[in-house]
Amino acid sequence: MTQLALDAEALYGQLRRQVAALAQESGDQPLGLVGIWSGGAWLAERLQADLRLGGPSGTLSITLHRDDYAERGLSTTAGTTRLPFEVEGRHIILVDDVLHTGRTIRAALNELFDFGRPSRVSLAVLVDRGGRELPIDAQCAAARLELPLSQRLSLTRDEQGRFTFAVEGR
Amino acid sequence: MKILIQNGRVVDPASGRDETADIAIAGDRIVTIGRVPEGFNPDRRVDAKGWVVMPGLVDLAARLREPGHEHEGMLESELAAAAAGGVTSLVCPPDTEPALDEPGLVEMLKFRARQLSRCRLFPLGALTQGLRGEVLTEMGQLTEAGCVGFSQGELAIGDTQVLQRAMLYAATYGYPVWLRPQDPWLGKGVAASGAVATRMGLSGVPVSAETVALHTIIELMRGTGARVHLCRLSSAAGVQLVRQAKAEGLPLSCDVSINNLHLTDVDIGYFDSAMRLVPPLRQDRDRQALRQGLADGTIDALVSDHLPLSSDEKTLPFAEAVPGATGLELLLSLSIKWAQDQGLSLTQALAPITARPVAVIGEALGSLRASAGRLVEGGVADLCCFDPEVHWQATPEALRSQGKHTPFAPQSTGFALPAQVQLTLVAGTVAYERRC
Amino acid sequence: MRNPQLNQHGELIHLLSIEGLPRPVLHHILDTAGTFLSVHEREVKKVPLLRGKSVFNLFFENSTRTRTTFEIAAKRLSADVINLDIARSSTAKGESLLDTIANLSAMHADMFVVRHGESGAPYLIAQHCAPHVHVVNAGDGRHAHPTQGLLDMYTIRHYKKDFSNLTVAIVGDIVHSRVARSDIHALTTLGVPEIRAVGPKTLATADLASMGVRVCHDMAEGIRDADVIIMLRLQNERMSGAMLPSSAEFFKNFGLTPEKLALAKPDVIVMHPGPINRGVEIESSVADGPHSVILPQVTFGIAVRMAVMSIIAGNEA
Repeated sequence: MTQLALDAEALYGQLRRQVAALAQESGDQPLGLVGIWSGGAWLAERLQADLRLGGPSGTLSITLHRDDYAERGLSTTAGTTRLPFEVEGRHIILVDDVLHTGRTIRAALNELFDFGRPSRVSLAVLVDRGGRELPIDAQCAAARLELPLSQRLSLTRDEQGRFTFAVEGR
Repeated sequence: MKILIQNGRVVDPASGRDETADIAIAGDRIVTIGRVPEGFNPDRRVDAKGWVVMPGLVDLAARLREPGHEHEGMLESELAAAAAGGVTSLVCPPDTEPALDEPGLVEMLKFRARQLSRCRLFPLGALTQGLRGEVLTEMGQLTEAGCVGFSQGELAIGDTQVLQRAMLYAATYGYPVWLRPQDPWLGKGVAASGAVATRMGLSGVPVSAETVALHTIIELMRGTGARVHLCRLSSAAGVQLVRQAKAEGLPLSCDVSINNLHLTDVDIGYFDSAMRLVPPLRQDRDRQALRQGLADGTIDALVSDHLPLSSDEKTLPFAEAVPGATGLELLLSLSIKWAQDQGLSLTQALAPITARPVAVIGEALGSLRASAGRLVEGGVADLCCFDPEVHWQATPEALRSQGKHTPFAPQSTGFALPAQVQLTLVAGTVAYERRC
Repeated sequence: MRNPQLNQHGELIHLLSIEGLPRPVLHHILDTAGTFLSVHEREVKKVPLLRGKSVFNLFFENSTRTRTTFEIAAKRLSADVINLDIARSSTAKGESLLDTIANLSAMHADMFVVRHGESGAPYLIAQHCAPHVHVVNAGDGRHAHPTQGLLDMYTIRHYKKDFSNLTVAIVGDIVHSRVARSDIHALTTLGVPEIRAVGPKTLATADLASMGVRVCHDMAEGIRDADVIIMLRLQNERMSGAMLPSSAEFFKNFGLTPEKLALAKPDVIVMHPGPINRGVEIESSVADGPHSVILPQVTFGIAVRMAVMSIIAGNEA
């Protein structure tokens, strides 16, 4: 089994630059970073601090909007959605670690819209690994590559807050 | 017809016989046991090798639901079930629809049963008109019509004065009174009081429902001289009261059902309505006392307490289900199972379903008294042959009765039932034969 | 025999009773309820988990309150809700319970929420309905009211956090109460060390000790140093059944007044499954006072029922 090595820290640096550019382009519109639990939430938290956006980032759980409820049932709760700002009229940047089929983002959009009507929603991901099943695209992606289905990509964070990617065979 | 039953293990608790022997039958009588008469030319030979040959079972409590369910052919199916269970004589309670309080109804029932030419029927007459507990029935006429005693079925007479007078009147003529020892008010619940009923939120029947009634009945016996048979003991305290009353010399007998002998309240499981029974299933301590009581003779007889119920009557929430279960075809197996569990002999296993119940019915049997429930030369040829090695399960297909609901069904408690009836003779005629 | 509420993987497919449910299952339900509680604060108060599913409320015993909370819970999950007033319909015409169930299953019901006057009825329904149908017991006879038990536990966890060092007193007609039985099972499973059943001998019967509670016949002794007091509703039938002389006498001995409340811990919470009989179980000043969490119980009840319904609907038989 070939092991693909991804330098998560380097990728994070790249993402940070891209999101900063997006934030600048946003102009006067109020901005909100919302990370998808759990990897996306870590990323959003660090981005919030590094970009000096002030206040805490939001966390979003897709548990209630997953499209595979009929097959998998309701999982042991994977986080709760916590949005420390109004969604209404805000430019929301959704943050996640890996973009794959696009279903997580679809569920995240539905969850987000339960809270109000954002003026705009953008997507920032660390890795876009292809394999899309829905028409979803990331405005910011530190790396775009094709990974075979047999390989699973997961982000981890150590006590110092440093990121690493683990690539596992299924 | 002449029948020769050969090579069977003949067990007759009344005489103590337990040996391999041939039995020669001619017409409705047993001619010889243990030897074959000179020139006996049987029309039929039965090879009973490996089987036990015993007197036909005598069941003191089996409901045939006629009068009342004629359109369902109950009498026919339930008498066939009796024969399939090896039961050749049965006592049926008077709680039919209408109740057996008129000689005409009793005669009709006996007539219809004779037409079906199987099991011998000994009906109990109603003690009071319509079983309403107010006015006495014409016990003399009912006895002439064939009743062997008088009963209130499942109902208790709350009015102690009526009960006392009914017992006194019956005592005048020596008619036995068969009573369910259950107080009508304390007995209103649906499950035995205790941890299980409490946990399940089912209204309880305390032991006092039985002991209060027993105290009343026993006290009234002392004053009236009535002969009483107690139907269906359920508690250790009840057994003890009976033991004391018998020691005092009172003319008291009693029975226990196959259900209370084997099961406890824990068997209710997840509200299994097959366990909705009267009397209710009590705790292990009570079961132990009942098993011991049957072994030492404090309890005279084991009964099936047969009641064939339909799914409409049983598949209901526990408290709404009609109490009762099918039992005729399980009586033999469950008596044997009890004896096996207690480490008793086959003779001891069979006594509570043959000789001892006959003693309970007593003089009312008339000329049958000498030979019912026993195997005796010159006596009636009522026999049951069973294979002690076969185990079977009480599935609906295995039962001939229309009542398929039993707590011993595989999905309820799943007992493997020992002993399977192979051949039943009543008055020398084959009433049931197992086809392979 | 396997608990009929769980499938072969130990997942909840029906909620019939708290008895027999392992502690992790209870915690899973309580945790999930917490998620649903936050749904109330959103602009869109619905989630699509049960969209396209039909939930039939089968209430053989009338109860507008309980039925309404189940209806709200189901609708918040985007389910279609049909209310069947069985008392006035086919069963009154003599249709058997199982025929009613078969007819409703033919109408593509996905979930039955059942309240019945006889203990054990939901088990019969769960046994006989189609395999994909889930059953929630909304109260059966005296036996169980599991969603009430769960919301009571949620309430206790919300205010007290840790179950392992609590003293809980349940006061009133415990022997006839399905709420009490469910509470007792939940409290014992969650590890509460001291549970007291308080009432006169006719209502707090000796047999209850076998369920793991301490039976007290003196109110002061029963609620002394309690962290949680659960008051039960007194029903009029108890007077006619010769178990109690009058509600006035009950109130004198077992009613919760401020004086009696002072015997409990200073931060005691007072709970009641509702509807409350003011002046019978509880004095108004206590029911409306700072220790009372009776109204939050109702809010928690909707979230708990949403949790139960979404968990069981997602598990296969």
